[in-house]
Amino acid sequence: MKFAQAKWNEPSLDQLSEHGQIGFHASAAPVTLDLIPQKLRRSIPPPLPEISEVEVVRHFTRLSEENFGVDLGLYPLGSCTMKYNPKACDLIAASHKIQDLHPYQDEKTVQGILQLLYEASDCLAKIVGVHKMTLQPAAGAHGEYTGLMIMRAYQRDKNAADRDEIIVPDSAHGTNPASAAMAGYKVVEVPSNASGCVDTSALRAVVGARTAGLMITNPNTLGIFEHDILEVAKVVHAAGGLLYYDGANLNAIMGEAKPGDMGFDIVHLNLHKTFATPHGGGGPGAGPIGVTKALADYLPSPTVECDKGRYYLDYDRPKSIGKVRAFYGNVAVVLRAYAYILLHGAEGLETASEVAVLNANYLAQRLRKIKGFSLPLGQDVPRKHEFVLSASQLVKETGVSALQVAKRLLDFGVHPPTVYFPLIVEEAMMIEPTETVSRQELDAMVRAFGQISDEAYAGSDLPNTSPHAASVTRIDEAKANRPKTMKLTWRSGRANQ
Amino acid sequence: MHPYIPNSDPQIQKGMLAEIPVASVDELFQDIPSSVRSEAKLHIPPKLSEMETRTYIESLLAKNQSTRDVLSFLGAGIWPHHIPAAVDAIISRGEFLTSYTPYQPEISQGMLQSLFEYQSLICDLTGMEYANSSLYDWSTALGEAARMTARVTGRDEFIVPHYIHPERLGTLRTYCEPADIRIVEVAQDRATGAVDLSDLRKKISTRTAGVYLEYPSFLGFVEEACDEISGLSRKNGSLFVMGCEPIALGALKPPGELGADITVGEGQPLGNHMNYGGPLLGIFACRGENLLRQMPGRIIGSTTTQDGEQVAYCMALQTREQHIRRGKATSNICTNEALLAIAVSIYLSLLGPSGITELSGTIAERTRYALEQIRTLHGIRAPGFDAYHYMEFTVNFDQTGKRVSAINKALLEAGIQGGLDLGKYFPELGESALYCVTEVHTHRDIDMLADELRLILEGHSK
Repeated sequence: MKFAQAKWNEPSLDQLSEHGQIGFHASAAPVTLDLIPQKLRRSIPPPLPEISEVEVVRHFTRLSEENFGVDLGLYPLGSCTMKYNPKACDLIAASHKIQDLHPYQDEKTVQGILQLLYEASDCLAKIVGVHKMTLQPAAGAHGEYTGLMIMRAYQRDKNAADRDEIIVPDSAHGTNPASAAMAGYKVVEVPSNASGCVDTSALRAVVGARTAGLMITNPNTLGIFEHDILEVAKVVHAAGGLLYYDGANLNAIMGEAKPGDMGFDIVHLNLHKTFATPHGGGGPGAGPIGVTKALADYLPSPTVECDKGRYYLDYDRPKSIGKVRAFYGNVAVVLRAYAYILLHGAEGLETASEVAVLNANYLAQRLRKIKGFSLPLGQDVPRKHEFVLSASQLVKETGVSALQVAKRLLDFGVHPPTVYFPLIVEEAMMIEPTETVSRQELDAMVRAFGQISDEAYAGSDLPNTSPHAASVTRIDEAKANRPKTMKLTWRSGRANQ
Repeated sequence: MHPYIPNSDPQIQKGMLAEIPVASVDELFQDIPSSVRSEAKLHIPPKLSEMETRTYIESLLAKNQSTRDVLSFLGAGIWPHHIPAAVDAIISRGEFLTSYTPYQPEISQGMLQSLFEYQSLICDLTGMEYANSSLYDWSTALGEAARMTARVTGRDEFIVPHYIHPERLGTLRTYCEPADIRIVEVAQDRATGAVDLSDLRKKISTRTAGVYLEYPSFLGFVEEACDEISGLSRKNGSLFVMGCEPIALGALKPPGELGADITVGEGQPLGNHMNYGGPLLGIFACRGENLLRQMPGRIIGSTTTQDGEQVAYCMALQTREQHIRRGKATSNICTNEALLAIAVSIYLSLLGPSGITELSGTIAERTRYALEQIRTLHGIRAPGFDAYHYMEFTVNFDQTGKRVSAINKALLEAGIQGGLDLGKYFPELGESALYCVTEVHTHRDIDMLADELRLILEGHSK
């Protein structure tokens, strides 16, 4: 199978515009703006492009052909859990009984959706081992912010408002320190030890009276299970802090271990990762959070409750942190995730995690044997759902960097791994195959890495000049950022001409 | 064998385990301390087949009455609109739907170009200079805007109008509190809804980072003195933030003409379903390089290939973002609402200038028609404010002796979902409800509402 992405060199919408064309009529009869008082009325219509429906559909269809998705092939982007998104879930979410529901409808007319949200909440709480969930956050980072606001409110109630530090490991996702800063905290980094886990003695050195909490993924960003997690929890709790679970890596442990059992107080989930809702090129996602009983009163308002078979939204939550967004969450995303859970059951979710881990370890062991690549840190422990390969030997010996390997992989129809993250590994390539790939696909990826290594050591130009099979060749990203050449809308470009 | 998990096959697993090498899959989990290893199976509902899953969920969804089953007059932050068939057809394509954030631009040109077009279309519609490629919703976009005004000006107060959408105000509070930004309310005239300029002059000060106005307002009236408000704000060194329902901008003067420094709004009406409140799409646009550098969220730029041969797109100004700047980023946002932004691109390119004029003009016509029908009813006052109203308006029932809750209950029995009861948000408005009409409401629908209200008020309802 040879990969070749479409190369349309597609014009932008404004270039397709032709005066007098229209793609959609909102009214059968001509309409004017005469009813709008002159003082308020806009003098000329907005300068939108004029295009027929046919041309609009062709434009976006051609653009879609210049875009790579899970439906097209391997997408082993570390920490992003790009697993297959079951089509059944999309079909179910396309019902008008969800799409055309208004959030302020009378409770009697929305019993079905409220029940579904209640049941989804219940399943998610059981999977992660927490007391109560909110489905409101729109994404992982939004969940982090919500969780930290809960932490803040709780500690204020405990007269511990002076706790103003959040500890994050040096391998943490960028959202963790960003969310902590946004929630008003100072960020303290704790280093990893030789096995890539939190160094508990370093942790002991940084916790104290100012510690509000620790944010951590488990398994961590290297794909290694934090073996000392109970000790970590003990250290943080003993200092009076709370433990926050970043759910980015939950796909490794469904049915195997629960964050709640590890001592976590606040847990967020990424439904667009672990629960296979399509990521839509960057969103929508959903980042529900779950908390212990002690924190449940602080969850955002409203929560979905059930009283003798009647489902309702509870706004009577005096200790709640309030609103984190309008309405009740990314409901259509939550519904897909619930369908995914039902399609798997307990055993299916467990199998998903087991095979995700099997695939990652298989791939890690095969790739580390390829010349130029290594699997640093935690040599003797199995990985979980992902692993971080280093191309540092390759770059030293051939000049071909992780970035060039990534670009060359595009020619094989493999979406590259996350590169240069985590920061604690040189020339990092963070790889998460997920459970939904076949052995043949993994083997094809191994062959691709092998060929790239051969090319590098043979001094071939191919890695440097790649990609060749993508819709465009290597892009000049610097140009997009230089003030003189920066062009962020079609109009700003025109003004420059 | 699981249909989505090819390597759940024991034979395949055997071969893979030998390569690692380990004896069993379980061995790969042996490093998890037994004290945290789950022994019991997850206590969740049993696995269902695809058909059973669909049947079960649809059996629950059947209990819902959607706005296709009842005639609904709800708006208030999420609005019913017809969505052209082409929109869903395109955003359902797996190439868009199942892709991740376009970190690898060469293989993600489709998404990047579509998002660049989204940013451009939003600027065309609002008259602003720069737009990001989406935030979660209007309310979080407002929260981010307030924080941005404080960052840019170094000040710590943010002025909001009295009749602000309550959910937006709630979210704004949650976003402002940890940044020590104080929210200050400016009065709006009880008769006209207009911002009380003398109160604004009193409240605005050297501490004011931003002045915020909703356009049209939460209650449907349209502020006439935007120029004066933006002028006051500018003179004071504050930033003027406008929150817009975007279809209205097909008819009303755009924020770019009214002196807005930042424009936020809700992208749902531009081709996205209501979905019981989410996902939504936060619009965020600004003007000037200084503000651009402080803008939250992802921005797509147009560039070329390194050989200069071809136009290409990639993420721009990433040094504002969390994956580069970590604790010093302009926002923590990562996953956003990209697919909904694509829907907006498709929607706005279908409509074009004449389509959006038709649409906003139609909504203006329906608003007038609905007010004509409803205001003739005995004891009713509509709209509640003496001002031009677009798409939404308050209906006051004080003189009828009936409560909104009772009227809405009676309407629902007749298959009509009445307007949002405003009692808990603005008690001073008495028994008032917020009604919304758009192009989806025919004159006949509006007649049915008026007829039913008449019957209820006369005590003859079913």
